[in-house]
Amino acid sequence: MTELLEILLSASFWAAAIRIASPLIFAAMGELICERAGVLNLGIEGIMVVGAFAGWMAVYSGLGLWPGVGVALLSGMAFGLLHATLTVPFGLSQHVVGLGITLLATSATYYAYRLALPQVTTPPKIDAFDPYAIPILSDLPLIGPALFTQTPLTYAAFATAALVAFVLFRTPLGLALRACGENPAAVAAQGLPVTGLRMGAVIVGSGLMAVGGAFLTMSAFDSFFFEMVNGRGWICIALVVFGAWRPGKTLLGAILFAAFDALQIRLQQTPLGAALPYQAFLAAPYILSILALVVMSRRAQVPAALMVPFRKGER
Amino acid sequence: MTPPSGETVLRLADITVRFGPVTANEGVSLTLRRGEVVALLGENGAGKTTLMNVLFGLYAADEGTVELFGQPLPPGNPRAALEAGVGMVHQHFALAENLTVLDNITLGTRSLWSPGAGRRAARAKVEGLATEYGLRVDPDATVASLGVGQRQRVEILKALYRDARILILDEPTAVLTPQESLDLFATLRKAVAKGLSILFISHKLHEVEAVSDRVVVLRQGRVVAEAATADTTRTEMARLMVGAEIATPEPRPALPGAARVTLRDVSTPARGTATGLRGVSMSLRAGLITGLVGVSGNGQSALAGLLAGLERPSAGEMEIRGAPSGPWTPRAAIAAGIGRIPEDRHGSGTVGDFDLAENAMLELYARPPFSRGGWIDRKAARAWAERVIDRYDVRCPGPEAPIRLLSGGNMQKLILGRVMETSPEVILANQPVRGLDIGALTYVHEQLLAARDRGAAVLLISEDLDEVISLSDVIHAISEGRLSPPFARGTMTPAELGEWMTGARFDDAA
Repeated sequence: MTELLEILLSASFWAAAIRIASPLIFAAMGELICERAGVLNLGIEGIMVVGAFAGWMAVYSGLGLWPGVGVALLSGMAFGLLHATLTVPFGLSQHVVGLGITLLATSATYYAYRLALPQVTTPPKIDAFDPYAIPILSDLPLIGPALFTQTPLTYAAFATAALVAFVLFRTPLGLALRACGENPAAVAAQGLPVTGLRMGAVIVGSGLMAVGGAFLTMSAFDSFFFEMVNGRGWICIALVVFGAWRPGKTLLGAILFAAFDALQIRLQQTPLGAALPYQAFLAAPYILSILALVVMSRRAQVPAALMVPFRKGER
Repeated sequence: MTPPSGETVLRLADITVRFGPVTANEGVSLTLRRGEVVALLGENGAGKTTLMNVLFGLYAADEGTVELFGQPLPPGNPRAALEAGVGMVHQHFALAENLTVLDNITLGTRSLWSPGAGRRAARAKVEGLATEYGLRVDPDATVASLGVGQRQRVEILKALYRDARILILDEPTAVLTPQESLDLFATLRKAVAKGLSILFISHKLHEVEAVSDRVVVLRQGRVVAEAATADTTRTEMARLMVGAEIATPEPRPALPGAARVTLRDVSTPARGTATGLRGVSMSLRAGLITGLVGVSGNGQSALAGLLAGLERPSAGEMEIRGAPSGPWTPRAAIAAGIGRIPEDRHGSGTVGDFDLAENAMLELYARPPFSRGGWIDRKAARAWAERVIDRYDVRCPGPEAPIRLLSGGNMQKLILGRVMETSPEVILANQPVRGLDIGALTYVHEQLLAARDRGAAVLLISEDLDEVISLSDVIHAISEGRLSPPFARGTMTPAELGEWMTGARFDDAA
């Protein structure tokens, strides 16, 4: 028990939690934008793989870190455009298209990787983002090292969440997007372009998912492995539900999940770790997430037109 | 109202709209002056909605022009119509339920790329308009929490917020209580006094008579008559609309028999936002039409669900022909001889992609002759469907056509037919004529009366007070899950029933 308390009070534990949460925040915000506009984007898992690869590859090929993030963003937006075209104007099943995008994006990445590095057995490393200690704030006890000694990409993740919240709830554009997810006919009746709005949301959202993937190769680690996304995309879909489609709650959900994850790694090193098989620890964050999801999302207000294609002139 | 002589604000000239081989509007011309209320009358399929969609810029006309305030309206662009000052209140509200009233009103009124929402100014303007026109509604409430009447107010506010000079109202009273309708008319009068013009689509003749200055009658896509309201009569209008004299069903004396279904202090649980029943007692007697009036969402669906077998009493007793109902399921309800005409004919009445034959045996498929030794007998199903189609005048391509291709009226006739052909002892008719035109509506009413005369107990649930009053032998009002005592035909005025519907007459009313 004291060991648990010790872990929970250590700055390094929370620093790790924030670091683990960062890619989830990017990708969950991306998913949230898509779903608020009425499109479920199951391409998230594959798009994160693409982003992880594209950002890393861009830097490995000589681009700077920030341009690399830009490349990741664009690669995600490209797959977003494909997803949006199939699901919005063509109105195809969002489940089928999303899973298709995930498969396509993952295998296209594998192909590109083999084309770029035919001989390599160990993927090369890049110079990833370094932590940047924000002056003054980083000197605060506990939260200084936990929150304000992170890489710039982590700060960007939090800024993104704030921006998404502001745009969705404080601007006409956000209102129009949310209305697209609730009743697209009402949006069309105001002469607003439902198709354009939904496609834009999917494209931008997919871009954010790819940046979330890029965080893994450019900030959390410094190299690219295929298994590194490892279901984080699916977790983000659950986080959006957990957060009741609200950016703030979704952000908290991401941190909570990341804290569970960081905790299980540390618990494996305690005497408890010797007593239980390590798989039990690996599974713990997922089990806790499911429990949290069950408790939290019972009254969540699902966007009414989520997964409902809009065709002009139909009721 | 005095006929206004303001300038022409809207002129439709020779509008023709074709959908493939079908001509929806043919050479329709219409003018609307400042401060005038014009009623557009017509049956379903007469082309009213198409015309409104042309005017609102949702459809482009194949021929003809739309002029607003002397300017031609570019076709096929709702934005242009909005900006020119046309506000439309659809029959099915175009509101996002999970958003607030204010969000719904301001949606699309500011440039998408403007950095702020300008909420404070918007709220002030909404509140100003609400006071000015008597449209009381809380701007911060989510639309989902509002009743139908309040939602309509939001729609009207939406139009006024956009500085609409012309209001188009599509069947605005179809969903309102009598009191709410009067409030609406008061708002419309205020609007007209301020110089707005109103195009009022309806098929309720007494309303047209009450609010409009001029009537335009549409039939089969053409204008068949146009007259000052003062110069015409209801009978005349009805005749023009249908193209033939309408025989209103003669109220034949009822011969009440034994109670077929009896409820004693029955309660049912609330389901989500739907009200449950609270200690309801009533009996449905053979040879009587029992009418149920109430504002939508006050427990009608709970009562209908109870009779249909979808809901069980959580308290109280339910008796079928004097005996306890036993384990109560939809199948038990069918076995007890309850014929069900559900409220939502698309959702729970039919399966859209199934063909007519399958839909016609939807409640009977498990028993002979439709099912023998576990196999469906398609031939028997087909014969049955043909019988229903033939006897109940279902216009359709044939028993093998998917039912979703049918119009609402024909779909309803099939449901009606499949119920009637089994000679049910009890008929649950939930909103049986919603959305039907006068022809189909009269037919359904005739059939319900015939079933009553044959000795069936009929429960008629409707939001249309006039319909219930004209057909029912006994009327109950429902409010927040409580049921009024039964009132015999002719003992209650619509206004008195309205008071029961609002809950004001119940004992525990505050």
